[in-house]
Amino acid sequence: MLDNLQLLFVWAPVINIQIILEGIFVGAVFALSAYGLALVWGVMNIKNLAQGDFVIMGGYMALALTAADIPLALILLIVITAMFIYGWIVYVVMIRRIIDQDMFVSLLATFGLSLLMQQVMNLIFGPEVRTVDMELPVYDFFDNMVTIPSSKIISLFLAAVIATCVVIFMKKSRTGQAIRATAQDPRAARVLGIDTDRVYAFTFAFNAALCGAAGVLVSIIWVIQPFYGITYSVRSFAIVTAAGLGNLPGVISAAFGIGLFEKYTGIILGTAYEVAAPVSILLLVLIWRQISMRRNRQVVK
Amino acid sequence: MTMKRYTIALGAMLAVGVTGVAGTAAAKVEGDTIILGSSISLTGKYATNGLHTQRGYDYAVKVINEAGGVKVGGKSYKLAVKYYDDESTPARGAQLAERLIQQDGVEYMLGPYSSGMTKAIAPVSEKFGVPMVEAEGASRSLFTQGYKYLFAVLSTSEQYLATAIDMAADSTSDPSSIKVALAFEGDPFSMDVRAGVVDKIKEYNMKVVIDDQLPADLSDMSTTLTKAKAIKPDILIVSGHSKGAATAARQIDEMKVNVPMIAMTHCEAAKVQEKFPNASTGFLCPTQWVETLSKSDPMFGSAAEWNAGFKGDNPSYSSVPYQSAQASAAVYVFKEAFEAANSFDKDAVRDAISAVEMETFYGDIKFSENGNNIAKPMFMRQIGSDGSYKLVEKFGDMAFPRNVKY
Repeated sequence: MLDNLQLLFVWAPVINIQIILEGIFVGAVFALSAYGLALVWGVMNIKNLAQGDFVIMGGYMALALTAADIPLALILLIVITAMFIYGWIVYVVMIRRIIDQDMFVSLLATFGLSLLMQQVMNLIFGPEVRTVDMELPVYDFFDNMVTIPSSKIISLFLAAVIATCVVIFMKKSRTGQAIRATAQDPRAARVLGIDTDRVYAFTFAFNAALCGAAGVLVSIIWVIQPFYGITYSVRSFAIVTAAGLGNLPGVISAAFGIGLFEKYTGIILGTAYEVAAPVSILLLVLIWRQISMRRNRQVVK
Repeated sequence: MTMKRYTIALGAMLAVGVTGVAGTAAAKVEGDTIILGSSISLTGKYATNGLHTQRGYDYAVKVINEAGGVKVGGKSYKLAVKYYDDESTPARGAQLAERLIQQDGVEYMLGPYSSGMTKAIAPVSEKFGVPMVEAEGASRSLFTQGYKYLFAVLSTSEQYLATAIDMAADSTSDPSSIKVALAFEGDPFSMDVRAGVVDKIKEYNMKVVIDDQLPADLSDMSTTLTKAKAIKPDILIVSGHSKGAATAARQIDEMKVNVPMIAMTHCEAAKVQEKFPNASTGFLCPTQWVETLSKSDPMFGSAAEWNAGFKGDNPSYSSVPYQSAQASAAVYVFKEAFEAANSFDKDAVRDAISAVEMETFYGDIKFSENGNNIAKPMFMRQIGSDGSYKLVEKFGDMAFPRNVKY
């Protein structure tokens, strides 16, 4: 561990750049799926454990479409549309029935959905690790110590575009306003003529579309496998817990923070601890919240 | 006629008496046929490899029978194998092994497919004192249980990448100056592979500069590779099944990692030479057997001749998997052991197997006290710039350093 610290700060400080860049790339992708989770959680109080599997499903769709020689921008559009429809179907078939139930029902039901999706993807695509190789150039700097593949730059750019669209959509459009109104007070929203059932369906479908977009990016910068979804679910939960619900800038900064934390943990303690990093953040945040809330607790008189 | 048959029966009984076999002679050797038993995965998740194994057994049986069979006590016997399908489930395998031994009277067993299945069956054959020669279970843990009746012709998992360290040592006059980077998944197989590598590293007194454990859901090992780029090790060793090989190859490509020697398991399974033809140039990949191997025996001829013969019988194969080759070798071990023991007594056969020392088309075979084959090394193949796999038996055969232009 000491060696690794020395490496970072004494022997080859230039690799910090690489690690920070990797952290940013990781964070950008996580931000998308985490925001979707925050939305669903905040609006309809569903904790979606199948979040990561939506991401992987988007990745496999991208894989299948790349095989058909379709350009990336079009792939992104197709996947977003297809995942939106899929999300809507899942809402109608399943989520609608559990929306008023308690927390454990939503956890159990989405966990079941997650298992089902994993196995179906395993049946269709097989258990092998797959990746979309775009065969794009890789740029290197500092005597090859820092390398940036174009695919990661593209994915960062796309993530930024999608996030901007989401912000504008939520702020300006009628549907976005309806979603925010429903999140604040569903009863009041209903009284004012908002069809909350439709808003719920739209929110869930919107979340699936965001995950699908994240999946496309994952498939072009890393590798996917039917059972990799869980890591994305865990990271999304960690980010949302740290950032709070319904707060896109918070989610994005938490995502970058966790991405960086993960990469630095990886280099200092070893790759095995990279996956543990977001979980430890989750724990720390929960403990800290617990302590800070105790200060405000009062006896009811 | 009756008189003659009577005489033969009497003769056989005498022979049995002389060689000291008693009791269930009729069951394991029927007439002039020696029955070997095997529960093998013909359906379920191991079905493909189970079939490779079965074809290897069958081909060896055919060749040996055509060459005159097995000579015991001056008489020629044919070989035959009784199969049951274990459906790729260990519990079923153990049940079927018991059935083979208790109901069918089989006293010599050929192994199933995979370490897991072998682990399930070995206690059964051990309990009944039935010698089992297996060809498909590589886990080191099979040979630390003190089994006396289990023998394996293949190299065990800790040998998979140890040869790479030998080659790295040969690349310089001072092996202790070599810096090694290790990246292994935490599962039992990869840890076995790692144990073998670490033993070798200690032997040469090399320095481990990176020792990362990869998580099971591994999609990103960029931190390990970033470190590798900064520290510049002489050799990088990766093992994490197909997903480890695929992730490593992809990111080695993306990060332009320039380590002069890179060795990893599961290159073929992950098809790294196809998916990352540039980065995978120069990767060292272990395999149990190659058809260009310069080993031979009087029964099957050279490795290439076995390969051609097997393909002739099974034209569906474009390239023959090593699983079939090692299965044939297991049958061959039984033939040699029967003839050396000159008896059908299972303990005499067991002792003869443990004393076997032979060169075969599959490589040398000699068993340690624990039953694993210690004479055959793992073979290393190197991926060429055209995506082909070339056998490298020593450091001199190898393209060194990896010649990659990113």
